[in-house]
Amino acid sequence: MDEGIELSLTIAQIIQRLRGSHLHSQIERQAKECLHQPDVKLESLKEDVRSFLKTSGWERKLQNAVYRELHIQLPPRHPPAPPEHLKEPLAYMRKAQASWEKRVLKSLNSMSTELGVPLAHMRPAAEQKELTNKWNEMGTDEPDLSRFRPVYAPKDFLEVLIGLRNPNHDSSEDISARSHWGLIQVPLNVRDIPHLREAYSELNLTSGQMGIDDHALIHPDLFENEYVQIGKKVVMEEDSAAAQQYSRQGCPTGLRADLWALILNATNQPQDVMHYEQLKAGVIQHNLLVDNLIYKDVKLTASNDDYYFVFEDFLYQVLLCFSRDTAVLEHFKYNSATPPKSYIQGKVGDEECAVVYPPNGVIPFHGFSMYVAPLCFLYNEPSKLYNVFREMYIRYFFRLHSISSHPSGILSLCLQFERLLQTHLPQLFYHLRQIGVQPLRLAFKWMVRAFSGYLSTDQLLLLWDRILGYDSLEVVAVLAAAVFAFRAENLMEVTSLASAEAVLADLSTLKVMPLIQVFLFATAM
Amino acid sequence: MEAVKMMQTMTPDDTKPVNFTVKAPVYLQIGDTKADTAHSGVCVVDVNLPFGKPVNIEEVTFKNYYTAYVTVRLLRRNPEQEAPAKWCTALRDLPLMDNPHTERGSQDYYTIHRTQMQVEPDHVVCVRLILRQPSLAWLTFSLEDIKIFPHTEPDPEKEVSDWLSDLTLIDQHPDLEGLPDPQTVSSSIQQMWALTEVMQTNQTTASIGRFDVDGCYDISLLSLT
Repeated sequence: MDEGIELSLTIAQIIQRLRGSHLHSQIERQAKECLHQPDVKLESLKEDVRSFLKTSGWERKLQNAVYRELHIQLPPRHPPAPPEHLKEPLAYMRKAQASWEKRVLKSLNSMSTELGVPLAHMRPAAEQKELTNKWNEMGTDEPDLSRFRPVYAPKDFLEVLIGLRNPNHDSSEDISARSHWGLIQVPLNVRDIPHLREAYSELNLTSGQMGIDDHALIHPDLFENEYVQIGKKVVMEEDSAAAQQYSRQGCPTGLRADLWALILNATNQPQDVMHYEQLKAGVIQHNLLVDNLIYKDVKLTASNDDYYFVFEDFLYQVLLCFSRDTAVLEHFKYNSATPPKSYIQGKVGDEECAVVYPPNGVIPFHGFSMYVAPLCFLYNEPSKLYNVFREMYIRYFFRLHSISSHPSGILSLCLQFERLLQTHLPQLFYHLRQIGVQPLRLAFKWMVRAFSGYLSTDQLLLLWDRILGYDSLEVVAVLAAAVFAFRAENLMEVTSLASAEAVLADLSTLKVMPLIQVFLFATAM
Repeated sequence: MEAVKMMQTMTPDDTKPVNFTVKAPVYLQIGDTKADTAHSGVCVVDVNLPFGKPVNIEEVTFKNYYTAYVTVRLLRRNPEQEAPAKWCTALRDLPLMDNPHTERGSQDYYTIHRTQMQVEPDHVVCVRLILRQPSLAWLTFSLEDIKIFPHTEPDPEKEVSDWLSDLTLIDQHPDLEGLPDPQTVSSSIQQMWALTEVMQTNQTTASIGRFDVDGCYDISLLSLT
């Protein structure tokens, strides 16, 4: 398509999305109020208002909002492409996602029927009052969750990914030129080290990195001091795009919270706080079966983790509200998944009674709370924490548990991990296969959680800096391969699945940036 | 103005695709066709436009199915001259998949506009699409849903004044199909500020937030269809 037309389409789409938003009305109000100022003259009204908006920082806020829209916007398409094509272009993947969803829904339905717990119902007034009083200490509750089980675990999802086949793919024995030793049998485009070196050039051996060059033994004047100064300037400028570029080399601990909020354009204005309060009211009013799944997940994962158990209450406050947030439904335009549908009061077929369940369309699975837990180290205000998490979910995390051909989707990450391993550590891969171990089965649980709960928190945040900086989850696959490279010697000596698992059980001492840097830039080609 | 005209002709609402017959795709083989079990890597699809009614092509749209490259050849008959119709190449080896062995682009929708063609696609009698898929990874490849849109002369009335016609477009097509051109986008943003009251009556995409129906959210079973 012609570039000029593409640009017009993109601009028109963004205008439509920002029109009527709170930012739009704020800027209008500012523009009207500035008319009182003496330096705004009638003859040069347009230029004066524009320069006022620029100097007062409103133009920058608008730029950040536009930049955010560009992150989640679908590329403009000529009219023939139907909406499902925008969610996922490959028909067989859409089908696989639909049948996986059906399995999950059936599982949820049967859980509801067996336990005799309705999927959703209004809380009695007394219970509502109790919950309001206990809002800040929901962790002290010890409800009986023994009957509830997670709807699915990552390993169930892995089996679905392994079973995916393209009906048009020729997998006859003759095709041996590109034999693939791994589990993923779908020929997606994934990048190899030469391409990754170009794309991740800021991580090369000659660039300073947070996570390497801020080490206590290195004099801060060599890198850290200057880098922190630049970071402070970026935060002051309030520029999303600059913050994203900066984050590629990592964020200093003291500036990370502000930088991430800038990159994600997650503000904490009165309307955001009000929105959060509205969600809280939704939690108090209605009791969802999904809430029990959230409770159980938090109790099983975050509460048992040495780093995150202190944040248990925050996790409930964020995740329960997340389930009630209909704003999340927007992301299904570019997510291959579809929100589950239901009818209130059993009025099946009556479209007036059709609703989405849960209200945000996302059914949590085992380990879901680990997406939120690391953020608790950065934000202690619930509505700010909530906004940052929600934006991270609709930009990145949703790709880790849906079937899609997107380069940041979990399927591409799995294939990329396997390809990197086979290409650059063929002896290791071969050895593991000889003893009956498929490397993906060991690495999948790390990737599905973007390593949350497996790395120490400071290292995890350095990894997530790069996810934000490069707007891609590829570093997760690269790190998984780098971990295998690092522990290759030990892995070459194991002779069973159990010992392989033992070698890779504890990642808490790993330093992620040196591993990634060496794997990308020091691997012999 | 050019961009505005182009976009007006782009909307399928206004222009109907040309009716044509597509002959069965012919997969080419080297050597003995019956003995050969190797996959063919080249396929020829002939699109015969209605007899006696040559078309001036605006654009060709199709949905890809694992074709790596497409070449477009046109059989044009000049109505004035008595000379027989001649074949020419409009586009050679347009890549549809950036790697023939992998999925990207394999099921995407494509448009080939007349401006992308190397010759003027006027007085076209037949369109020949030559599909190539050199990779052995796929069992079959083709193009689906081929549509050819005729070139229509732009309506002279619409040239009245840029901003007036663009405002009309915004009113009539609140979704993507009525679009201002790049120059007028910036002027209409400033006009938006002045016309706030009018804009507020249009639909916005801001969400409302209620998930219940009149306060009720009692659900017993999820719908599986």
